[in-house]
Amino acid sequence: MNGPNWWIVAAIVVFLALAGLYLSMTAGRLDRLHRRIEMAFGTLDVLLARRCAVTLELAGSGVLDPAASTVLIDSAHGVLAAVDQEADTGRRWLAESDLTRTLGSVFDDAQEIDALREEPGAAQLLAALAATCQRVSLSRRFLNDGVRACRQVRRQRLVRWLRLAGRTPWPQTVEMDDTPPEGLSGIAA
Amino acid sequence: MGKRLPMTDFPDLGARRLRIGIVCPYAWDVPGGVQAHIHDLAETLMGFGHHVSVLTPVDDPSTLPEYAVDGGRPRAIPYNGSVARLTLGVKATGRVHRWIREGDFDVVHVHEPVAPSLSVLTCWVAQGPIVATWHSSMERSRVLSAGYYLAQTALEKVSARIAVSENARRTLVDHLGGDAVLIPNGVRVDRYADAVPATRDPGPRIVFLGRIDEPRKGLDVLLDAWPMIVDHHPDATLVVIGPGDVDEALKDVEPRLLENIVMLGRLDEERKAAELTAADLYVAPNTGGESFGIVLLEAMAARTAVLASDLTAFERVLDGGRAGALFATGDARDLARQACMLLGDPDLRLALVEEGNRRVATFDWSHIARRIEAVYDSVVMPGEPVRVDLRGQLVGRLARRSGDARFDGNDSGPGNVEHS
Repeated sequence: MNGPNWWIVAAIVVFLALAGLYLSMTAGRLDRLHRRIEMAFGTLDVLLARRCAVTLELAGSGVLDPAASTVLIDSAHGVLAAVDQEADTGRRWLAESDLTRTLGSVFDDAQEIDALREEPGAAQLLAALAATCQRVSLSRRFLNDGVRACRQVRRQRLVRWLRLAGRTPWPQTVEMDDTPPEGLSGIAA
Repeated sequence: MGKRLPMTDFPDLGARRLRIGIVCPYAWDVPGGVQAHIHDLAETLMGFGHHVSVLTPVDDPSTLPEYAVDGGRPRAIPYNGSVARLTLGVKATGRVHRWIREGDFDVVHVHEPVAPSLSVLTCWVAQGPIVATWHSSMERSRVLSAGYYLAQTALEKVSARIAVSENARRTLVDHLGGDAVLIPNGVRVDRYADAVPATRDPGPRIVFLGRIDEPRKGLDVLLDAWPMIVDHHPDATLVVIGPGDVDEALKDVEPRLLENIVMLGRLDEERKAAELTAADLYVAPNTGGESFGIVLLEAMAARTAVLASDLTAFERVLDGGRAGALFATGDARDLARQACMLLGDPDLRLALVEEGNRRVATFDWSHIARRIEAVYDSVVMPGEPVRVDLRGQLVGRLARRSGDARFDGNDSGPGNVEHS
């Protein structure tokens, strides 16, 4: 009589211990994924700010024709205005995509860029822009990879029922056009 | 409006000095593709001005270059049906801990993070910007093994994934989910372009490179084609470079043909470059299993015409046949026909060499390492270095207790004698 009861108790204890271990491991996984996303977002944010700043610098440097400078400054200001409105993130990605397209149309011709690089100071700014655009696109890709991995874990039933993700908001991918300008592809690595 | 000096505000991203930690999963003093890749990558990055430290298992720590740190001696462990030489355990974990803590790295780059290895251990121990490179394509059975599942949780910490070949990328996409940036293997073009050719006979010279007893390297196919080649070019020489049992490899070859075959065994990089440079034609008769084809690039850099089987990976490297000739995989007759045509037509070879030389420039390490650097830049967060992750990590805690106590006191780092 005593024997079987003890077996059941032991089985329950082992089960609870394993379940606890599994849950704590999953919580740890989620925590790491959230941190990774946070970090990736921070990096993308820095790179986008840099892209905007280099664009303004180029537009103000006098090496571009006035029309190109004007549209670049306009798009970059659009980004700055959208970043100020933190609540509306959708607007920011629209503004960033807009800047991407403006950069793409201004710097679309590799031969023109080669001529532009002869101007004093322009070569380094163009290289900085090319490098930044390339990194923005890589960075966003890595961020979205992380978001997808995280969502996969957060969709698990146990994770939802037991709220293992805590109060961390549902991770969002960043959807924007980040195609690096055609004409700069020769400069970027 | 006077022009401002912009460079103070926007230093070139490529000019940022990073502290980079690279982890090699295999013993440093055993020749291999991954080790060679890490060696060249580390030296190129240092050439750019970055600080680089490589953590690697090693049998004889005295063979390590200055920038490498001893990750312990690999032990033979039966794993997944074969014996793998792996670096594991509390002690290895301790070393990784110490390396991460003292390295203060902006980014850690692990290679071939397949469990169990120092690479996966590092993913477990570290927290922060981690980049991982997958080198080989793997079979599904291996991917689905228990060790791989365990590694998966560690791999979730990887911020950026790189695959060196389309096959390696497919493995990732199919079995792990998510994507990877494709950055091919690099070649030190100057090493081959500047190589002094080995001495040779005047007749046409064909070179083969690879394990001679590994069927997938295809030496058999080339030996089947050899009589047909000798019929057209009686003074031709076949140079075979690579380890393996010579008698076994040549047992089916007619004795009269043997005198034109030179077996050189395994060669060091310098002599390999000299032999590739001296040859008229490099033949890669592989029948499968090749995910990239680095030797093809090396031959192109050595300005030697390439004839390769039409595997997808080779076709890609050879730009669909423009940078080197292709023959039907496993077809000795087709190989012989094309080899004879190439050996008899120096202009055709020269055309391939010129195109190959243009092609290989894009694979030069100076170029490839810049692309890897771009990946580093897109995950690095200034002021957020890679740290030791202790939360919820059983291994980590164990290592901190036993590993740290020992290491902080008397471990002298590289050169330290293994006492197990």
